[in-house]
Amino acid sequence: MKRMNYYLQVLTVIGINIILAVSLNLVSGFTGQLSLGHATFMGIGAYTATLLALKLHVPFIPSLIFGAAMAAFFGFIIGVPTLRLKGDYLAIATLGFGEIMKNILLNLKITGGPMGLRGIPKVTNIYIVAAAVVVVIFTLNRIMISRVGKSFIAIREDELAAEAMGINTTNYKILAFTIGAFYAGIAGGLFAFLFRYINPNNFGFMKSIEILCMVVLGGMGNTAGAILGAALLTVLPEFLRSVSPLISQYRMVFYGLLLVVMMIVRPQGLLSNTSFYFRRISVEKNAGKGGR
Amino acid sequence: MALLEGKNLTMIFGGLAALDSVDINIEKGEVLSLIGPNGAGKTTLFNLITGVYSPTKGSISFKQKEIKNLKPYDITRMGIARTFQNIRLFGEMSVLDNVIIGQHCRTRTGVFGAILRTSAVKSEEKKVRDRAMEILNFVGLDREAEEKAKNLPYGKQRRLELARALATDPDLMLLDEPAAGMNPQETNELIGLIDRLNDMGKTVLLIEHDMKLVMGISQRIMVLDYGKKIADGPPEKIRNDEKVIRAYLGERSRKEVRAC
Amino acid sequence: MFFQQFFAQVMNGLTLGSTYALIALGYTMVYGILELINFAHSEIYMTGAFVGLIMVTVYKLPFAAALLAGMAGSCILGVIIEKIAYRPLRKATRIAPLISAIGVSIFLQNAALLVFGPQARAFPANFSAAALNFGFVQISSLQLLILVISVLLMIGLHLLIHRTKIGQAMRATAQDKETAQLMGIRIDRVISFTFAIGSALGGAAGVLVGVYFNSADPMMGFFPGLKGFVAAVLGGIGNIPGAMVGGLILGLAEVFGAVYMSQYKDAIAFAVLILILLFKPTGLMGRRIQEKV
Repeated sequence: MKRMNYYLQVLTVIGINIILAVSLNLVSGFTGQLSLGHATFMGIGAYTATLLALKLHVPFIPSLIFGAAMAAFFGFIIGVPTLRLKGDYLAIATLGFGEIMKNILLNLKITGGPMGLRGIPKVTNIYIVAAAVVVVIFTLNRIMISRVGKSFIAIREDELAAEAMGINTTNYKILAFTIGAFYAGIAGGLFAFLFRYINPNNFGFMKSIEILCMVVLGGMGNTAGAILGAALLTVLPEFLRSVSPLISQYRMVFYGLLLVVMMIVRPQGLLSNTSFYFRRISVEKNAGKGGR
Repeated sequence: MALLEGKNLTMIFGGLAALDSVDINIEKGEVLSLIGPNGAGKTTLFNLITGVYSPTKGSISFKQKEIKNLKPYDITRMGIARTFQNIRLFGEMSVLDNVIIGQHCRTRTGVFGAILRTSAVKSEEKKVRDRAMEILNFVGLDREAEEKAKNLPYGKQRRLELARALATDPDLMLLDEPAAGMNPQETNELIGLIDRLNDMGKTVLLIEHDMKLVMGISQRIMVLDYGKKIADGPPEKIRNDEKVIRAYLGERSRKEVRAC
Repeated sequence: MFFQQFFAQVMNGLTLGSTYALIALGYTMVYGILELINFAHSEIYMTGAFVGLIMVTVYKLPFAAALLAGMAGSCILGVIIEKIAYRPLRKATRIAPLISAIGVSIFLQNAALLVFGPQARAFPANFSAAALNFGFVQISSLQLLILVISVLLMIGLHLLIHRTKIGQAMRATAQDKETAQLMGIRIDRVISFTFAIGSALGGAAGVLVGVYFNSADPMMGFFPGLKGFVAAVLGGIGNIPGAMVGGLILGLAEVFGAVYMSQYKDAIAFAVLILILLFKPTGLMGRRIQEKV
């Protein structure tokens, strides 16, 4: 029975991580905008949902949705100035924004400062998470097969050509970013009501990197890949910890190596058999096209 | 009344004038070719018209509206489409999707519509698909619809660029060296294609180095050299224009030509 | 009294700012040539501090030797990182080297955590930091030393870039890699050299900051690294004088901002970043970047 509960718990965490990975994949994999603050949006969702439930006694589902909406709002606010520029700025700006948020969470009274918030009711279970995963993936797929999703991919493929096709690239990038933040906010709420305790460090830079690793491992721009990446990187540390507790110290070292090695050896990730987006532009092709 | 009217267009990059006080008029329904040696400012002129750059000086009006400060996507919506000299397709997307994206500015489905997939959304999607197939048919790429754009051979990529531009439903099409890298047969097919576009009522502005193509299909030719307009007129006139011959062949060659 | 305090704050700001400027130079030089944000620069800086620290504490070497050793260590690390993690990706799309750079940064930071442990170590300067009296104002000799070394390094960089052949090659490569290659410039060597110089400056900043705050720890690169980048963007990324000016402005902004809201000291840099991105995305001294079509 205890065993069973443990497996269910791991499965639930996998579900939450799947939502995080597919939502970051929307921003970085499909739209090609690297975000290093994805966990921040998760945190905004978690804190908002928790505070609503604890202080205002709002029921679970509305808290969750409002938390996600708040995360989306912040995604929009941070996206507007940064997404007008080349994608690299977004990486730093999201990183910086994440640190500012952490700073605020650490200093505000209402968020409990570094102590975080305790006594959150345990509502999240495997069924709720499974339902959330289904809803997220279903809506995401609908978006991706539509005109909107095609515009995201077009921006990743060639921003200038996308503009020439009449796509307001800035607005669409902000849109992708906002939707991604919304989903991450849902994951955050689920996280809070699962572990019953949150603090600013749950949603820091390292968590953002962990999510990025899931996406990169599974394959950028590939929803199935993101799901696989999330599952692998949730189970693997659990497994290693059962082998030797010492190994978990090396986890972040491993993540760092993973990112570098994947980019060099298999940039398209585990799942994708076609070289998606990260194709190397061969010399002949370049010469043939007469451009750079 | 001209469809597009550029006045006194000047573009300065780091102190160098890529374009210097160029006037351009495009009449509705004509095929106008832009020729000139490399670096004459032809692509820069394209980039000004399509909003990629904003001119240092001068004004551009399209359908009597000033478009100088508009963004590329607004200009596309107004009815100007372009192809790129160094093909810029959405390589990982299918040929069909490339053309579907071209219809972006003529469609309206948003995020919520996409999620709910209402009947209006579905019918729009069907319309877009049918139109895309029609266009692919027109350029002769219907059989490649499901292929990835990057896997097409070079000549077909050029044709796909054209199809994608056509999909935006433009009044004016700017084609940047559409025949570059094509073999004679492909070039002939392209000439036919541009003729048919023109018959459909599309106004065409063309940059091209292939003189056979230029002389064959242009109603008017404009010549740029070092960012300045040096000639503008019907093909016969341009062919015998002293300044044009000099720009292309150089001062000495001209004397040699005379000596012959 | 007010003036003395004000002057002391200006000195604090300039000292801090000059180290940001040194870090910003590394970012801006690499960005100028590869259009890559070298995320690992924070860890190159941290490595410089630790190499210097080991020289001082283990080998009891004087400060000058520690500074040089720190610069050398960072320089070698930077060149190796470029060779292993960035060079294979030079033809890949933009996002790939960026992710690789983040990977290197995470790896180095956590490897250092494993080796040195999370606690901060004291970084003694090995010389007495006296307060120098200039009539009505006081300057700590340590601050003066940091300022002088920073300025000397920047002058050296300026001369290198504008007065030497390799500097000329760097400028040419930054303008147009293909053309530079056609002119016979070996761009691989130029890129390695750029990493070497940028990293050495970052290492110098690491040693100086370590001595200034008498402390070094594996996470010490995180914020200064980010702030160095903000300084580079503030000055106009890719622009070398801009990085220097940006660093100094940021240092001053931070010191004076902290007077009013000390708990948000680290947030000031990012507020600055967002403001530039909103109002002057090319930075104070940057040129408009135009994509080739």
